[in-house]
Parts: sequence; structure tokens; C-alpha cells
Amino acid sequence: MKVFEKPQALTDAVLHYCPGCTHGIIHRLVAEALDELGVTGRAIGVAPVGCSVFAYNYFNCDMVQAAHGRAPAVATGVKRSDANNIVFTYQGDGDLAAIGTAETVHAAARGENITVIFVNNAIYGMTGGQMAPTTLPGQVTQTSPYGRDVSKVGYPVKVCEMLSEVDGAAYLERVAVNNVKNVKAAKAAIKKAFQNQIEGKGFSLIEVLSTCPTNWGKTPIDALKWLDENMLPYYPLGVYKDKTQNAE
Amino acid sequence: MSEKVLMKGNEALAEAAIMAGCKHYFGYPITPQTEVAAYMSKRLPKIEGGVFLQAESEIAAINMVIGVSSTGKRVMTSSSSPGIALKSEGLSYLAGCDLPALIVNVQRGGPGLGGIQPSQSDYFHATRGAGHGDFHMIVLAPSSVQEMVNLTFKGFDLGDKYRMPTMILADGTMGQMMEPVSLDLGEVTKYDKPWALTGTNGERKPNIVNSLFLKPEELEQFNFDRYKRYAEIEKNEVMYEEYKMEDAEYCIVAFGVAARVSQNAIDEARKNGIKVGMIRPITLWPFPKEVLNKAADKVKAFISVELSMGQMIEDVELSIRCKKPVLLCNRTGGMIPTTKNVLDSINEAVNYGGAK
Repeated sequence: MKVFEKPQALTDAVLHYCPGCTHGIIHRLVAEALDELGVTGRAIGVAPVGCSVFAYNYFNCDMVQAAHGRAPAVATGVKRSDANNIVFTYQGDGDLAAIGTAETVHAAARGENITVIFVNNAIYGMTGGQMAPTTLPGQVTQTSPYGRDVSKVGYPVKVCEMLSEVDGAAYLERVAVNNVKNVKAAKAAIKKAFQNQIEGKGFSLIEVLSTCPTNWGKTPIDALKWLDENMLPYYPLGVYKDKTQNAE
Repeated sequence: MSEKVLMKGNEALAEAAIMAGCKHYFGYPITPQTEVAAYMSKRLPKIEGGVFLQAESEIAAINMVIGVSSTGKRVMTSSSSPGIALKSEGLSYLAGCDLPALIVNVQRGGPGLGGIQPSQSDYFHATRGAGHGDFHMIVLAPSSVQEMVNLTFKGFDLGDKYRMPTMILADGTMGQMMEPVSLDLGEVTKYDKPWALTGTNGERKPNIVNSLFLKPEELEQFNFDRYKRYAEIEKNEVMYEEYKMEDAEYCIVAFGVAARVSQNAIDEARKNGIKVGMIRPITLWPFPKEVLNKAADKVKAFISVELSMGQMIEDVELSIRCKKPVLLCNRTGGMIPTTKNVLDSINEAVNYGGAK
């Protein structure tokens, strides 16, 4: 009896992520959702610039790698080329909420029928731990060595809250992957976001709170705890918008 | 089938794109090319599978182009100089990903916000620095509304054939003027695109459209291979037109509206017995180096006529290995050289190095 297997929507490539990084979990959840919904064969993913740039090596479906922040625009083109494509972007916080803010907001405003997986770990990982748009007040990073001073550099961007005011957005949920319960909820949210696309319900974004032990300077276990104690209060989990309930 | 219709350059170009099988257009309003977007917004929704989308920015527009192109379909965007500068990021990614697309630049004066009158001052951008990294685009320069049509149709072909972005480098004049055109363009050539993202259907390995290569030896090899393709293009795809070059002692080099003004000046000068002709590059990249170099063995001097502070002149000088003097006849900032401007330069060339 088989009790565990790798999703078909993941390749055999070995993930390059640091020990304790939760990108691997999120990749798996996305892959499981694609497989369970039977859409891996018509899925086209858009990889970002950042730690998850190599997503194109890990997802076992057609992939395009976008310029920094432009994934929602590239995804728009892919989707508009053929509505049968199941199109997703996989983006980090710098990509989605800093350099790509306009592309994110307007893809949502247009109600693009795509699925956005937004990985928020409150830091730039790939470049070695700089302040992100989602870095918490007071959080120490390479470019906020005295802690994020909101009087000088402003406040973190709360993406789900912001997009909840955008009429075109259909489904917005914030989840986390720091414990089993949250991982299960994250899976359900991601699957729903793809289900929405299959049913043509429009723009879905799942914000996944994720860890970066390396750049947070913590052990993997302490990183999970830090997420729980620091990120969850600032970024409450939950559904921020759901137009899909009563939608025809 | 040679029935002609009177059309504005921008609209004729848009119709030619549709006839070339382009069903996807993404753009952002900017003068003096907005008619392209307006025309597409009317036409494309009436065509099966047609998509017109006004993007939130020039950057988004070019990235939507990348998205469609990665699925293997013909796609275009258009803009004018400041907007094209914004698209530069995407042009580099198109080149790096080996994706075809048609990009139209109906140039206006710069730098900065500049003006809205015709210009050719994005020559450097189009032929040298259309974005970061080692790459070229095929650059086509129409000098009539008919050429706006023909080169657009051909531009899609060249892009698909060589898997690279093609730019129509028009000046504002070409976009705005009306001329009778024939839209008898023939059959659309289909190209196999096994690299396109169409979904694996579980039947093949995933296709990946990508420009990231962290191993320098790998990236170097990709660049070497791409430049081999560029060498093929330089060998096979150079286009130019000669005007009264048979007995010419002086050679004007001009493209776009500058070539039209120059043609008038040549006819005038010849009335005074000055044997002057013109080589009009139609492809700005690849540049007609060989034909100019050969002409340099026959003529006494060249005159580069441009709507810029002198950009193409560098290619003229390089092409002829500085064998003969090259004079610059130029206006800039949205001004167009007059016939008199060109005639003055012709006289200057005749008297160059002292009167005979």
C-alpha cells in the first residue's frame, strides 16, 4: 500500500532552498492542488525573480520566468492567449509587493482569471536578507540594521487587506505553513484558488506566510516560532475576500 | 488585386499586423502612436480569438506580450519614444528568452518627455541599447505608409524565423500621414514552435521559457549561439533601396521621412548638374554595411540626413571604414530637415576640402 508519494506536478530536481525554508512545503501544496484537480497537463506557471526563480525547474508543467515583479502581466498574456490554460504565478514579497505592485493591483483590478501564490517571508532572501515591503516594524535586516524605523521608511504593505478593496479580486486568503494545522489550511486555500480559476471565477491570491531561517538568523525551529509570534499578529490569517460564494 | 485604400500610417500598420495573424495587442496610450491602439481596440474584439488590452503601464504591456509570445502566438505592442524606453526591460527579456514579437516605435523628440513631433532620435536605442545585455533586434524603418504595411507583415515573419523581437522604427510622420496603400499581402507563413508553452498534456517534458543562466560558461554559449543567428541575419536579411546611385559622386544616407525629403533634394541638385544619389537603409539592424562600403569606392563623400543629433552617421562611418568624409545634415527636437537643408549639405559636400 502506498501511503506517500511525490506529486506528479513536481519534477525530480533537488530543491535548492536553504534548510528549514518553507518554500518546499508551498511548492508541494501547489503541485498537489494541480494534480488533485487534474490540471497539471494544462498548467502554465510563471516564475518570479527571487529565491523561487528556479520554480521553473521544480514544477512539472510548462513554465515561463518573468522579469522582477512582472509575473502577473506575463500571466495575463499567457491566460489571454488561451483561456484553457491554468495559469499561476509564484512570487515573493519583494517581487509582488514592491517592484511588481502595479502589476499585482491591476491584474486583480482586471479580475484576471489567474491564481497568484504570494510567499511572504518579510525579507529579500535571494539577495541576502534586505528589508522587504513586508518587513515588520523594528525588524533587523541587512538594509535596516537598526530595525525597520517606520518614521523613516514607512510601514509594511498588507497585500490581502489592500487588495480586498479592489473590486476585481475574487478570492483573497492569508495562510501560513508553520505548523501542521496551518499547512492543511494552506492546502485547502491553494486548491480553492485553482478551483476558482477552473470555474472562471477570476483573480485569486493566496498569501502564504513563510520562513527564512537563513536571513532571519534563526534555526528552522526558532524561525517557525518567530513567524508564529511576530508575523501572525501583524498579518492575521483568514479570508479577506470571497466573491466566489454567491457567484454564478 | 492592386486596389488601394487611403489610410493613416498607424492604422495601416495595425491592419497589416492583423493580416499577419496577430490577434493579440497590448499597449498604453502615448502620442503620436495612439491610433494603433485605437484601431486595434475596434478591430480585435470582432476577430475570433482576438484580444485587445490596455495595460496599466508600458512595462506591463511588454510583459503581456512576453506572455502571449511564450505560448507561440503572434503578438505586438506599440508606443512612442518615452514609452519604448520603459519597455526596454521587456525587450531584453524577449531577446534573452528567444521570443519573437513585433514592437512599434513611432518616435517623437527627446530626451526626457521631449515633444510630440517626429524624430529619429531613438536610433541608438533601437540598434544599440534596447535594454541590458548582449542582443539585437531586427529594426525596420518604413518611409511610406505602404512600407508601414509591408514591413509590419514581414516583421512578424522575421521574428518567427529567427526567434527574436522585431522593431518597426517609424518616425511620427509615418504614423500620422495618409497615403493610398495596397493590403494585398499574400499568405501568412506558419512557423513550427515546438518550444511554445501550450501545456504538456502529460505527453511531453515541460517547456521552459527562461533567460537565467547562472553558469557563466553556459550563458556565454547561449550568447555565442545567438550571435551566430545574428550573423545569418546580417548575411540574408539586409534591405535597402538605392536612388540614382548609378553615376552618383555623392551619396546621401537617410531613412524614414528624411529619405523622402532627401529624394526631393537629389532631384533639385541634379538639375544643377550635381551627381548625387541615395542609399536608403530599410533594415537599420542589420545595417547595409556592404553596399555602403562598396559605394565608398565610387563616391566622393556621404551625407547622413537624420532627425537627430547624428546617430546613424556612426554606422555610416563604420560601414565605410572612414574611407570618405561623412557630413551630417540634421534637425532635431521634432523638426524635419527641409529640402533646402539637404541642398545646403550637398553643396557643402561638393565644396568639401576646397572648391575645385
